[in-house]
Amino acid sequence: MALPAYATTGQRVWHYSYLMACGAIFFFLIFPLVVIIPLSFNAVPYFTFTKEMLALDPAGYSLKWYEDFFTNPNWQGAVENSFIIAFFATILSTFFGTLAALGLSRPHMPARTVIMSILISPMIVPLIISAAGMFFFYSRVNLQGTHLGVILAHAALGTPFVVITVTATLVGFDNSLIRAAQNLGATPPTVFFKVIVPLILPGVISGALFAFITSFDEVVVVLFVGSFKQRTIPWQMFSGIREQISPTILAVATLMVLVSIILLVSLEMLRRRNERLRGIRAN
Amino acid sequence: MAAIAETRAETSAIEPLRSASGELLKVSLRRSLRRQRLQALGLVLPLFLFIFFSFLLPIGDMLFRSVENQIVGEVLPGTVDALKDWNPDAQELPDEQTFAAIVADLKQAREDRTASRVGQRLNYEYSGMSSLFRSTARKVSRIDAPPYKQALIEMDKDWGDPATWKVIKRFSGDYTPGYFLSAVDATRTIEGDIRMVPENERVYLPLFWRTLVLSAFITIMTFLLGFPIAHLLATVPTRISNLLIIMVLLPFWTSLLVRTTSWIALLQKEGVINDFFVGIGLLSDDSRLTMIHNATGTVIAMTHILLPFMVLPLYSVMKTISPTYVRAAQSLGAKPAYAFWRIYFPQTVPGIGAGAILVFILAIGYYITPELVGGTSGTFISNRIAYNISSSLNWGLAAALGVILLGIVMALYILYDKIVGIDNMKLG
Repeated sequence: MALPAYATTGQRVWHYSYLMACGAIFFFLIFPLVVIIPLSFNAVPYFTFTKEMLALDPAGYSLKWYEDFFTNPNWQGAVENSFIIAFFATILSTFFGTLAALGLSRPHMPARTVIMSILISPMIVPLIISAAGMFFFYSRVNLQGTHLGVILAHAALGTPFVVITVTATLVGFDNSLIRAAQNLGATPPTVFFKVIVPLILPGVISGALFAFITSFDEVVVVLFVGSFKQRTIPWQMFSGIREQISPTILAVATLMVLVSIILLVSLEMLRRRNERLRGIRAN
Repeated sequence: MAAIAETRAETSAIEPLRSASGELLKVSLRRSLRRQRLQALGLVLPLFLFIFFSFLLPIGDMLFRSVENQIVGEVLPGTVDALKDWNPDAQELPDEQTFAAIVADLKQAREDRTASRVGQRLNYEYSGMSSLFRSTARKVSRIDAPPYKQALIEMDKDWGDPATWKVIKRFSGDYTPGYFLSAVDATRTIEGDIRMVPENERVYLPLFWRTLVLSAFITIMTFLLGFPIAHLLATVPTRISNLLIIMVLLPFWTSLLVRTTSWIALLQKEGVINDFFVGIGLLSDDSRLTMIHNATGTVIAMTHILLPFMVLPLYSVMKTISPTYVRAAQSLGAKPAYAFWRIYFPQTVPGIGAGAILVFILAIGYYITPELVGGTSGTFISNRIAYNISSSLNWGLAAALGVILLGIVMALYILYDKIVGIDNMKLG
């Protein structure tokens, strides 16, 4: 949207103030994420920039909050739980979600819209309601406060993402490839593993990444369905913020921002690979 | 020519089509379609069962708990039975048999340790029942023989008040509307009619109102901030927009808790923003802004968190708007402002609708951010639901509030479906 050469002064002023406003809004979006990075190196347990830090004095910076994170058993237990729960929840969601997406994309699927809405419902319902309902029900079946309960809950919350991404991938799937493979003598398992899987793999992996990050970041359901033994990183951060605010939380937050960047980059690379494979180029 | 057509028509009029194996094509087709449908359903079935048990049943349990009241019938069976014949409007106490029944029930309840639970349940409807049941259950073993009526009234004079008995009778059914009434700040009086709680004691209606108003305000803020950058992203060349969109996607992919934590660090009284203003001299040290633990903190933090949800739908709609329309309007003499308002803006309305409803739905259901930065004046209904589950242990009320919230969200979601369509939901 370049400024045309014949723009009047008024239009120029308007155009540049519009660009400045956009710059300010982008700053608003990014600044909170960036500001915690230096704060996590703070030598004193405050959430502000001390004089030493602003003067770039090395004495004002310290790695002790990172040290605390890596040595504190509360946090290390949380890291272990986060990865275990997210891993198993992702496997469950990806398995069930991919199967369901394959079924939903079949040409003669009855009641497709209704079933799709039901399968996507965990994403729509506010988390507090899912968490409250799961708390009530899992208490009845003695799943409250167990690892299995949290894994099942997270898997239920992650499947809609897998279903959506895999159905989106299957929309452009050429069914004649299956028929061609069968024509050349492939049995159904061979068709599935050699023809279908390689083509839907980017979609499945994107869905799995979504499901993983959903479980990894999830805090409301863990608070209700889990107990201290199932504490995850978000659980620990939440209770840390509520009870004793120590800058270890900022160190953890910085590490989580790094994880998000890695995730974003992987998703972008997957998207590009998907486009290359399919021959689609978004403008 | 005509002869061939005639023969052909003759042949097909006589014999229906058959497949290679000799059976009717219609039957064969129907069988093959049914097999395909069953195969498709079979692939979907595992996930459906999984969602049913891990998600739908819990929601159903919540619906059940919002109306279930079986505890009174379970703990006081004899009493409930005896009260069936008693007329609550007659202003006289129940008969000796009823008193005998409640003494027996309370003795059993003391053994089962359920007396305080049923007392607490009745206390939600009529204050004082909890302590009455607790103290009576402790002392009831002293009453061994009739006359029970006199003995019980001597033990605690509340048993001589018809109101106590009216409450027990009124809430002895297996299902009760009591929780839903409390959730909308109404109660059922002893006489039986429904009236609203006095204005200064209302908790939930103001909270629902505050949730809706703050969410609407957040939606408007995300629109005001999101529209300019969506427009910028849609109109600059792709290389630049790919870089800029990272600035929208990175907050989107960062954990909610991380973003809320950074806002706490920024908005605190000793936080970065206040320090900055004091540092440059705009504020004095004792007049720092209170931007956290109130509604302001909630609005600012949630605007930041929900902004990507407004930008992304707007961006995808704006990318499909061809720039030639605005240029054509300008070439026909429209001033840029007029062309924008009359030509460009109406084309973005579907994106605005989609983004606004999405942000609104997400905002009213939020728990984490209002809990951490809202203090007391910036909390939403979801925080109250959590409070009722973990602190005040009034699960029935929590369930009723949850059902109401779910109803509101479902209605908005149906609206979203009408405008945008569920199938059009894309991610990233």
